Amino acid sequence: MKNVLLLVGKRSLASLVTIFVISIIIFIGVELLPGDVAETVLGQSATPETVQAFRQELKLDLPPHVRYGAWLKDLSHGDFGTSLANGRPVAELIGWRFANTLFLAGMAALIAVPLAIVLGMLAAFYRNTFFDKCISIVTLSFISFPEFFIAYILIALFAVQLNIFPSMATINESMGLGAKIYAVLLPALTLTCVVTAHMMRQTRAAIINVLSKAYIEMAEVKGVRRLRIIMLHAFPNSLSPVINVIALNLAYLVVGVVVVEVVFVYPGLGQLLVDSVAKRDIPVVQASGLIFASAYIFLNLMADVLSMLVNPRLRQSQQ
Amino acid sequence: MFALLKKSPISARIGFAIVLLNVLVAIFAPLVAPYGETSVVGNVWESFSDEFLLGTDHLGRDLMTRMIYGARNTIALAFVTTALSFILGVSLGFVAATKGGWTDQFFSRIIDIVMAFPTLIFALMILSVMGATIPVLIFTIAILDSTRVYRLSRAVAMDIEVLDFVEAARLRGEGLWWIMRHEILPNAMPPLVAEFGLRFCFVFLFIASLSFLGLGLQPPLADWGGMVRENAGAITFGIYVPLIPAAAIAFLTVGVNLIVDWFLHLSSGLHE
Repeated sequence: MKNVLLLVGKRSLASLVTIFVISIIIFIGVELLPGDVAETVLGQSATPETVQAFRQELKLDLPPHVRYGAWLKDLSHGDFGTSLANGRPVAELIGWRFANTLFLAGMAALIAVPLAIVLGMLAAFYRNTFFDKCISIVTLSFISFPEFFIAYILIALFAVQLNIFPSMATINESMGLGAKIYAVLLPALTLTCVVTAHMMRQTRAAIINVLSKAYIEMAEVKGVRRLRIIMLHAFPNSLSPVINVIALNLAYLVVGVVVVEVVFVYPGLGQLLVDSVAKRDIPVVQASGLIFASAYIFLNLMADVLSMLVNPRLRQSQQ
Repeated sequence: MFALLKKSPISARIGFAIVLLNVLVAIFAPLVAPYGETSVVGNVWESFSDEFLLGTDHLGRDLMTRMIYGARNTIALAFVTTALSFILGVSLGFVAATKGGWTDQFFSRIIDIVMAFPTLIFALMILSVMGATIPVLIFTIAILDSTRVYRLSRAVAMDIEVLDFVEAARLRGEGLWWIMRHEILPNAMPPLVAEFGLRFCFVFLFIASLSFLGLGLQPPLADWGGMVRENAGAITFGIYVPLIPAAAIAFLTVGVNLIVDWFLHLSSGLHE
């Protein structure tokens, strides 16, 4: 157990260093801005006085390392600065949008993970049959489709033709949970299509990999039913790669929401990021980029840690 | 080449047909297109007719024409970006593998950090700082994508680098560049070619997503991702115009994937 903790500790430290480096990159990125943020934002027609005042407001007159220190200190207090576009505090803009994004990603995960595991098991059970080939073709095509294609097909089908779901996922704080779930169902389904494909293929591959082991043959020889072999003998032993791929896909979900949020005009962090990039609202871009990156790195870390924990070989080795 | 094609499975042939069609249309765009790229010729969102084969878009431009020019812009952009990404990734990967030691550590750790950052978010941040112009777009995506190419080409070159003929070249006194060019590259070709197909798909989808978000190619240039965005409003009226460019994107990616699948099958030596 001790050396698992050591491994986990090492891996977490690496993630922490990565986040630190990324915060520097994000900070330097703004430094690289051709000319000056102040001039870029205010435009060519700005007078030298307004540029000067704006520079002071952004503390651009201080040396970079001092500003980086101050920025990091503010961040740790939850102060993300103020938006250039509307002067509101960035933390206020981001807060509930990030919650919305997590809600959408969570909904998608809730549908996608069980679905992917069941489909993966079925495909492994019926491997090399017509059913398996069908699933394989469908998932392969979902991987090659752009997300907005799937999104618009779903809209055309469920919102326009059948008229049972709204084509825009508008939600606000006063809505009940049921209404919220109803509103985000189409975007969640879109994301489900995208991530299920990856997860299901990985589950199938992991189970089939285990099926060639001697203890599976032993169970077959004993006369255990095939479905039982897959569920109780093969699946638990293929858990490590499966958990890993699930966590990786959750990381993908958190980032992949960006396009889907734009399609469904969903008030999430991704939509905010895209809008801010178009408006070149640098503080908002910095803050939401850092949040996305941290969430992504955290989930990747979880992927590694969990697959270390469920792998008995790593738990017991005496090194 | 033709003998190989004759033996290819039906899926690979479909893939070739799709890619060939797209490339031909892209190359001969001005000859095939019925109207000019940006000329307004009809009413907004007209339906299919003899005059406008695929109807018209949100400004009344012929959709067929836009699709044809879109193929040209989108495919060319993705191709140039993938090529640049490969030049960058393969040369860095090969250098890291043949030099080893500190060079390898240095490149690999930098790449680790870049890869820990979600690609789309990274690209959005760079575009917000540098502005969404075509050179920025190409370089940003090429650099981000080259990290994946680097990983693969480094791993492949590591395997080749320990073989006898590389050792012989070293003893002969050949330089680093010569070894990379004449000993490693030819032997690393099959996995790299397959990877090129996969990376092209990825870059193509990525550019489409960025254009869809309004940060890729800027109007009035036609490109498929941007066309989906421009016509997105139509779908709530039951007009399926945005599905056409979106389907074209999906179609081409599936085509390339079919070829890559076949190629991987060939180079893995699993012959029936």
